Amino acid sequence: MNEAHPVGLSIRNGSKIYPGTQALKSVDFDLRMGAVNVLVGENGAGKSTLMKVIAGVEQLNGGTILLDGEPVVFADKNDAARHGVGIVFQELNLFPNMTVAENIFVGHEKTFAGVHINKSAQTAAARALMKRLEQDIDPDTPLGNLRIGQQQIVEIAKALAENARILILDEPTSALSAAEVEVLFRVIEDLKRQGVGIVYISHRLEELIRIGDYITVLRDGVVTGSRSMEGVDIPWIVTNMIGSASKDFPKTVQHELGDEVFRVEEICLPRAAGGYAVDHVSLSVRNGEIVGLYGLMGAGRSELLECVMAQHPNSSGRIFIGGQVVREKSVSGRIRKGLALIPEDRKRDGLVQIMTIRENLTLSSLRDFTRILHLSLRAEALKAAESVKQMAIKVASLEHPVSSLSGGNQQKVVIGKALMTKPRILLMDEPSRGIDIGAKAEIFRAMRRLAASGLGILFVTSDLDEVLALSDRILVMANGRLTGEFPAGANASDVVSAATPNFNRVAIQ
Amino acid sequence: MSSINTVSSEKTVPGGSKTSGLLLLLHMRTFVALILVFGFFAIYAPNFLTGANMLIISKHVALNALLAIGMTFVIIAGGIDLSVGSIVGLCAMVAGYLVLYGIDLGFIGIGYSIQFNTIEICFLVLLVGVFIGLINGLLITKLNVAPFIATLGTLYVARGAALLFSEGRTFPNLAGNPEYGSDTFRLIGSGSFLGFPLSVWIMAIVALLAAYLATRTPLGRHIYAVGGNERGAALSGVNVDRTKLFVYMFSGICAALVGLIISSQLQASHPASGETFELNAIAAAVLGGTSMSGGRGRIAGTIVGAFVIGILADGLIMMGVSSFWQTVIKGVVIIAAVVVDQIQQKLQARVVLQQQVN
Repeated sequence: MNEAHPVGLSIRNGSKIYPGTQALKSVDFDLRMGAVNVLVGENGAGKSTLMKVIAGVEQLNGGTILLDGEPVVFADKNDAARHGVGIVFQELNLFPNMTVAENIFVGHEKTFAGVHINKSAQTAAARALMKRLEQDIDPDTPLGNLRIGQQQIVEIAKALAENARILILDEPTSALSAAEVEVLFRVIEDLKRQGVGIVYISHRLEELIRIGDYITVLRDGVVTGSRSMEGVDIPWIVTNMIGSASKDFPKTVQHELGDEVFRVEEICLPRAAGGYAVDHVSLSVRNGEIVGLYGLMGAGRSELLECVMAQHPNSSGRIFIGGQVVREKSVSGRIRKGLALIPEDRKRDGLVQIMTIRENLTLSSLRDFTRILHLSLRAEALKAAESVKQMAIKVASLEHPVSSLSGGNQQKVVIGKALMTKPRILLMDEPSRGIDIGAKAEIFRAMRRLAASGLGILFVTSDLDEVLALSDRILVMANGRLTGEFPAGANASDVVSAATPNFNRVAIQ
Repeated sequence: MSSINTVSSEKTVPGGSKTSGLLLLLHMRTFVALILVFGFFAIYAPNFLTGANMLIISKHVALNALLAIGMTFVIIAGGIDLSVGSIVGLCAMVAGYLVLYGIDLGFIGIGYSIQFNTIEICFLVLLVGVFIGLINGLLITKLNVAPFIATLGTLYVARGAALLFSEGRTFPNLAGNPEYGSDTFRLIGSGSFLGFPLSVWIMAIVALLAAYLATRTPLGRHIYAVGGNERGAALSGVNVDRTKLFVYMFSGICAALVGLIISSQLQASHPASGETFELNAIAAAVLGGTSMSGGRGRIAGTIVGAFVIGILADGLIMMGVSSFWQTVIKGVVIIAAVVVDQIQQKLQARVVLQQQVN
């Protein structure tokens, strides 16, 4: 087996330190050519960092990279590309307004004398690449006209155009339809046969088992398992991903759950391309209950919360709070009814960065400090100060711009803002995203405390640990549907299996 | 240093003496510029410091300041209103027409026309301004037209309408008719109270109202929030569309007021009045520290900005500087204002960061 798949690139004793955290700890990694090297781990386990190191986006603080046995240092992404390493990021870096050929050669155009773009040469080369990838895509088509799956192929062609011998694919299937996944897998098989070494990162475990030849599992920056794919099953992966030692989560405080406070029925959100992003979802939350909504990227969890928060005018379904149907169509109306959302993207949706901490905290509840038209700045400042104390937000002054706070403290401001509207049900979309461990623990404790005081919480997460440790009840979504419901203390691999869409589709071919 | 959890509700007092002094100076830059410009002309321009001249300048400034107040709200909300100059022209024409002819009901078969007194004329003209502002707002919120394009369109439409009103002619002799109670129309432009022209009083009242609105009402806070982060504001329950409609309608009212004042001052309505006023209004707002990317700006700053531009213009004329050079100097001042603004932003961010660390 080793002769068939020679090691093309390897990392020995690799370490990477970011301010505050160590993302990689003495990692050894072998990348075999002509094979699919699968990389798996939870969010924050160090997959992305490892990948960025290989692609030259980040540099190691310690350890060495060996390319064909020779030590190398990639100064940057272009340097790595010159050495034959190409990367396709999860977020596509393409220009919808330019043609396929222009996209493939952007940044390294084929030119006469470095000035005039040799359009025919680019088109011919792009056509050859498309042929190699067995795709029927005209190089002169504007990229925006292609489906997401085809755009992904163009992204791969872009890497191959720079003669990539090593190709890193980060969650390439998260936005693809079933048919497009099949196309991608065929392309990967072809590339393997041509001797390209592929690093494949995904959360979809059954996909990994099907396509992978070698697997490496990361947990907290340490390689916890590395072997040939033969005989690997989902429980083995999950065990290595999560480990036995539980992270520092606040223990579930026993308290009585109250009556049902929140229920949605038959929430539907049609997708522009056909089908449903949210497919007839019904669920309920009780007073004092924390319900964790687990699923992979694109499962429709955020969209569900957005439907509840009146962000999608063409969604349908019924919403009840305390048994009363919610008819309000505006965000402010739903906030008044007792709904509050902590959005996933804090910067984009949660805060007005240019405004002060005080102004952000009170933005949703200005009415409380207003008589007729007059806003009482004194009452507002008092309430904001109270909120800062309650949420333990570390601020030097309420009058500083909210952008001066750390991620964790910004998140607390968003939660404080939501709580100030006196919600009956709190919707939280990835509440721990992009904040450090310490702040995470504080956010979780706050969630526990709020639940104990009787608030119903529905939170979305992609972190298995989080959903297992924090939830009184676990719901799982996949492909827009609810695919599982588990009590607290459920088995991790059951939850993962439920979150894995189309298990039958790719399980056996 | 020990407790970072202390909360002070008073305004930020920047720490560190050297940076804080500089920061304070930068913070007050428009005011400093005003004093410099004023002092310069007081010394070098003959007759600048006379009471009569001050009154003339303040009358000039009042017009631009009124437009700039409306413009400031629009810009803070993340938009732009290019149509204000044309609204001035159209409103001036409407005012002139109403004073001269009233509304002729001949078209429904009655040989009769309704005449209006001054108050009614003012009300109708303001309604025209609000209406055009409403159209701007609806185009931008409901039909998703970019503010620049929507108000560029209404700039042309309103100007065209103003010309159509009189087929390009001027409405002369707006003396009004005592019989209808419209002879007081000229007072808007020429009357005075406690020694100050009425137009200056109007400007002062609108400015106070706007400053109150901006700082002490939820609507004002919403305007800042919409300009700072529209999505975030919407998810916080701010009615974004209604907020935007308001700012364009308010800007329309301000422009209508200017139209009234101009036609009354001249006792004539000219369809070209108000041309390029929108650019002066934007300049005053920017000079006063309003950020073109939205979310930041103050009414007081805008007023000071309008005074800097007004004093600069009149002072240079009094010194006999050629009008070509005046234009160049105005441009330089505007650019300098924005450059200084950027420096202040950077410095302020650094100071806040230091305080956060301490």
